[in-house]
Amino acid sequence: MDGQKQKRAPILEALERLKKMRIVPFDVPGHKRGKGNRPLAEFLGERCLGIDVNSQKAIDNLCHPVSVIKEAEELAADAFGAAHAYFMVGGTTSSVQAMILSSCKRGEKIILPRNVHRSAINALILCGAQPVYINPQTDAKLGISLGMEPADVAQAIKAHPDAKAILVNNPTYYGICSDLRGIVKLAHDAGMLVLADEAHGTHFYFGNNMPVSAMAAGADMAAVSMHKSGGSLTQSSFLLMGPGVNADYVRQIINLTQTTSASYLLLSSLDVSRRNLALHGPEIFDKVLGFSEYAREEINEIGGYYAFSAELVNGGSVFDFDRTKLAVNTSGIGLAGIEVYDILRDEYDIQAEFGDIVNLLCYISVGDRMQDIERLIGALAEIKRRYQRSGAGMLQYEYIDPVVELSPQEAFYAPKKAVPLQECDGKIAAEFVMCYPPGIPILAPGERITTAIIEYIQYAKEKGCSLTGTEDMETNYINTVENGGAYGTMVF
Amino acid sequence: MELWFSEKHTRNVKLSIKVDRQLCSMHSDFQRIDVFESKEFGRFLVLDGYMMLTEKDEFIYHEMMVHVPMAVHPDVKRVLVIGAGDGGVARELIRYPGVEAIDLVEIDKAVVDVCKKYLPQTACGFDDPRVHVYYQDGMKYIRRHENEYDLVIVDSTDPFGPGEGLFTREFYGNCYKALKSDGVMVNQHESPFYDNDALAMQRAHKRIIHSFEISKVYQAHIPTYPSGHWLFGFASKKYHPLKDFNGARWERFGIQTRYYNPELHLGAFALPNYVEEMLYEVEAER
Repeated sequence: MDGQKQKRAPILEALERLKKMRIVPFDVPGHKRGKGNRPLAEFLGERCLGIDVNSQKAIDNLCHPVSVIKEAEELAADAFGAAHAYFMVGGTTSSVQAMILSSCKRGEKIILPRNVHRSAINALILCGAQPVYINPQTDAKLGISLGMEPADVAQAIKAHPDAKAILVNNPTYYGICSDLRGIVKLAHDAGMLVLADEAHGTHFYFGNNMPVSAMAAGADMAAVSMHKSGGSLTQSSFLLMGPGVNADYVRQIINLTQTTSASYLLLSSLDVSRRNLALHGPEIFDKVLGFSEYAREEINEIGGYYAFSAELVNGGSVFDFDRTKLAVNTSGIGLAGIEVYDILRDEYDIQAEFGDIVNLLCYISVGDRMQDIERLIGALAEIKRRYQRSGAGMLQYEYIDPVVELSPQEAFYAPKKAVPLQECDGKIAAEFVMCYPPGIPILAPGERITTAIIEYIQYAKEKGCSLTGTEDMETNYINTVENGGAYGTMVF
Repeated sequence: MELWFSEKHTRNVKLSIKVDRQLCSMHSDFQRIDVFESKEFGRFLVLDGYMMLTEKDEFIYHEMMVHVPMAVHPDVKRVLVIGAGDGGVARELIRYPGVEAIDLVEIDKAVVDVCKKYLPQTACGFDDPRVHVYYQDGMKYIRRHENEYDLVIVDSTDPFGPGEGLFTREFYGNCYKALKSDGVMVNQHESPFYDNDALAMQRAHKRIIHSFEISKVYQAHIPTYPSGHWLFGFASKKYHPLKDFNGARWERFGIQTRYYNPELHLGAFALPNYVEEMLYEVEAER
């Protein structure tokens, strides 16, 4: 990384130059620097609307970058140790989809762990590729999926040597890392690409003593949520590419679905945040790590809660752990994670990232203050004192091995029928069911529905998880494939 | 030459005190600390631009924080004081021979050091052997204590800045836990007069009533605080601030006070209608 060059922020500088030029806008957006929409300008601020401008010569064009955006992308690639980087404005969802859509086509196979974000399976609906799922190991006590073991990956490669790519979640939402280097070697030896969903791993590129980043491990592409730990605006993201990827083809793929009016608020936020991380990354993430380590220690001292960390590392399914994450297992106080999440918000004015059935995830960042960390710990101590109960009747999380009957695309576009949840046993799902957040599907299109899945969905509903994905907003019905999918092609 | 200290009480109202000279100005790890000397109010302490106390009227605040609960709870032995780095609360507490231990938790050691040096009238209780000072976040300290104290006094700054956490439900809940089964908590409760202060006052009351069986509010007149009309919270597991008040017993302590007296104790709990209405508003939501 070139420290001197990293001090620049070409998009920011271009926007500042543009402002000084005092150009009369006879182009979109119609609010014309806010003058045409005073209430919005008052709400968001003049400065904000002043840079909400359209692509033009002075500030380049995201669809076909030739000047400042190109420079900014080169700086980002340099900062992340990538061969190429693209600025993305459709969230990391768009980065994940670009990775998949540029790696496999209709009918081709992709190996991925089942605990992927819905954006990955959505990409399969779009392109018609077939998923080959690897069972991520599960920690039954913590109720979380772990990483992919190289041995399991090797087995999948052997069984499906024609697969085009392997997608790795690294780290998971909870901070679990797989053996990326090992997986890259296996995949490359078999001529497959490695795609890393690094939505939760921006800091791996900049912090001290972090788990290995996808680019450093030799992955071919990585989707990096700059707006999570990187500090840029919501919806902004990076797509990183290694030297073995045809970046121009990837840009064509991105342009299939990307807006032609990319927001300069998002683009400049990526540029400024990249500069900030490149210049100050180690200090920033030392501070974050200090917060999360302190919180973990104090929360564990309360008793009942288990804020887990690097002690989970086992060389296989937990190859490494991202200690900036703060996930707290709540089963020891007899409450579901989602229940603690709700109490924190409703009674203590504390908004956590999400609660699943046995864990609470609190997002720690450089924007936190010690006094807020103390509030969180104090509130957890109070919740234990006031609500602790016996853990009897709590559902044990188990990995439900999906039975994939149809490709996600075939199932999604098949003639379908809404069936009441409790009558779905044995049918094939034509849509997703998931708790959001975290957005990891319980059921994906093309999968056989079982009683275990129905029970899990009902339990999650009872505990107050927000279920999404189904056409029926209440998730009382699931769209299933008519005729049991008999008309379609069986994948396996 | 005219040098004035001004504090905005609202966006449209400010209080200014003519300053004779500045005695101290520093930045601690937590806040900016200033001490000024003035003709009218003597020396005064300012944290992050907010007036905390003046030598002329601090007695009102400190007497009301301490003597009100001491005249209700019959047998206070262990006291926890959160905040109060100026030492004023400790100064009043050490006047009671029955008090065995005063644990004072202040997040900012620099406040204590500055007050000892420049405000000896207030910071004069630290040398008493019963006073133990812990430089820690109050929230962190109290998490580790259960069923230990007879009285907790929360002498916080305003609910913005370092004192923010001391106005939260989790903090009041932890205070409840730290108190014995007949314990009392007294807190700085903001003012009912200006809108923003009143909102903070209502929020504090709302959070306290969720944690304590008994929760009452009392008042005093403090000239240098916004509007001059200031409130205190009296939250308790068992004792009622009026029904269990024993003025005769308190008088036997023979403590000389300049503001507090048993008649005033009763009157302090008689609140103006508009304040009662604000309190009722949050109690009704319960």
